[in-house]
Amino acid sequence: MKRSRLPLLVTVLVLIFFYLPIIVLIVNSFNDSRFGGTWEGFSLRWYARLVSEREIWSALENTLIVGIAATAVSTVLGTMAAFALHRYASTLQKAHYMLIYTPLVVPEVLMGMSLLLLFVAAGMSLGLVTIFLAHVTFCISYVAMVVLGRLQDFDFSIVEAARDLGAGWWTTTWRVLLPLLAPGILAGALLAFTLSVDDFVISFFVAGPGSTTLPIRIYSMIKHGSPPLINALSTVLLVVTFTLLFITQHLVEERRK
Amino acid sequence: MIAEEPLSTKMNHKLRSSLPEILVTLPSLGWLTVFFVVPGVIVLAIAFKPAGAYGGIDDGWTWETIRSLGNPAYPSIVWRTVWLSAVTTLACILLATPTGYYVARSPLRQRRWLLLAVIVPFWTSFLIRIFAWKVLLHPDGILKRTLVALNLLAPETSLLYSSGAVLLVMVYTFLPFAVLPIFAAAEKFDFRLTEAARDLGATPFQAFRRVFLPGIRTGILTAVLVVFIPALGSYVIPDLVGGPGAEMIGNKIAQRTFVDRNLPHASALSACLMLAVLAPLLVLLFAPVRFRNRDKTGDGL
Repeated sequence: MKRSRLPLLVTVLVLIFFYLPIIVLIVNSFNDSRFGGTWEGFSLRWYARLVSEREIWSALENTLIVGIAATAVSTVLGTMAAFALHRYASTLQKAHYMLIYTPLVVPEVLMGMSLLLLFVAAGMSLGLVTIFLAHVTFCISYVAMVVLGRLQDFDFSIVEAARDLGAGWWTTTWRVLLPLLAPGILAGALLAFTLSVDDFVISFFVAGPGSTTLPIRIYSMIKHGSPPLINALSTVLLVVTFTLLFITQHLVEERRK
Repeated sequence: MIAEEPLSTKMNHKLRSSLPEILVTLPSLGWLTVFFVVPGVIVLAIAFKPAGAYGGIDDGWTWETIRSLGNPAYPSIVWRTVWLSAVTTLACILLATPTGYYVARSPLRQRRWLLLAVIVPFWTSFLIRIFAWKVLLHPDGILKRTLVALNLLAPETSLLYSSGAVLLVMVYTFLPFAVLPIFAAAEKFDFRLTEAARDLGATPFQAFRRVFLPGIRTGILTAVLVVFIPALGSYVIPDLVGGPGAEMIGNKIAQRTFVDRNLPHASALSACLMLAVLAPLLVLLFAPVRFRNRDKTGDGL
């Protein structure tokens, strides 16, 4: 039976659609031209200028501080939330589930705006701390959902076996449950870190002077800066992302073998 | 005496299990109450407060801000927000369904790489992807030059700063979100069903529409919601590639917050957006019950 070629065609078009802008951007980052409309020869000068931009480096530092702190806190809170949701079936957990679920679908503008009002009402000065608090808030739900997904496939008879063999609650949790769930928790943490490092909208609302993160810096460069410099910065970030994804994918394949 | 023992252990068990439950629930519940529920309530409250001078908020309560949303400029922005989001959703579903189908039907090894190809844009920076389009659509950009050279476009037409540009970049941004749930549903679909339909005389299109599409409807529903709801709240895309004529609610909220320093007004608009989101959200809140029941039987998402 002959299959229709239409799905293949659409898939190819979608992939071209996905990658064409990214490829043009990468090619242009090596273009000597200031405006990037025409090819004026290969050049690395935008990369050289990138290294000397002090504001980018301090923004990167802020991004990593917030990203690591928010990932650590939201991974702990999200994992605990997933345990609670999976283990208990009470009215409390129904409310808990709704509270975890809703932030996933609330537009970022709303979350940014409402957190800004909270911080203003509480008289807090805006800065890295408020960005950190905001990031933990939206990361908890993602971590909880990823870990909950793994818990649903988890074979709890192993835990019961450990208990039957005399392990206490603490030992079972630390020596049996957490090590077995580590890949799921790690996946949740990775997602939280990516979301935190990439977040612009919410950070933009709750950032103060001196707490510019990399996405906020990139945004102001897009608005006012020179395009070739953003091309170079974007290429560096894309290479980092591709490498990380490739390694993750490779590890997954290794584990399957 | 013998009958008493199980009862007391049961009660003990109940007491023991409720304290750990509270201990393990409280951190996330407390955090989200303080940083998610309370801010939402503050937004609703401030929408009814009068705006003070110098970006402050005055005492007392007023309907003034809500009433000013009737100002002719707003309905047109709300309307544009809704239609841009709806068309984006439609385009994403139309592109994601054949793609999800193709990826799900391809051999395992190829499938893994195709899936990775779809996920990569999903993990790359959102701002960078918008910027890439800004460069492509720029008057000196490659796309404009090519189209003019092919006589498909008049040299004076602007690709950037229009509702069309906003639409294009929104589809680009949200498409991976649509492909993933549709692929997840298609991967679980039993393709012997479409083959049976073909054997019974259905055309490929009939088999696709009458058997495959109903089979993956939960995936399509998820895709609609994960595209439509964030699309309603779009702010960066219209800000960077749309002009003054392509503003959405998100832009007005940001403008009222950062430029005019009118927090009550920004809150009223946020409340408006919240209501717009709440409508499809209600569907979603009822849907997970079905998804979760399906999960238990092993064929859910």
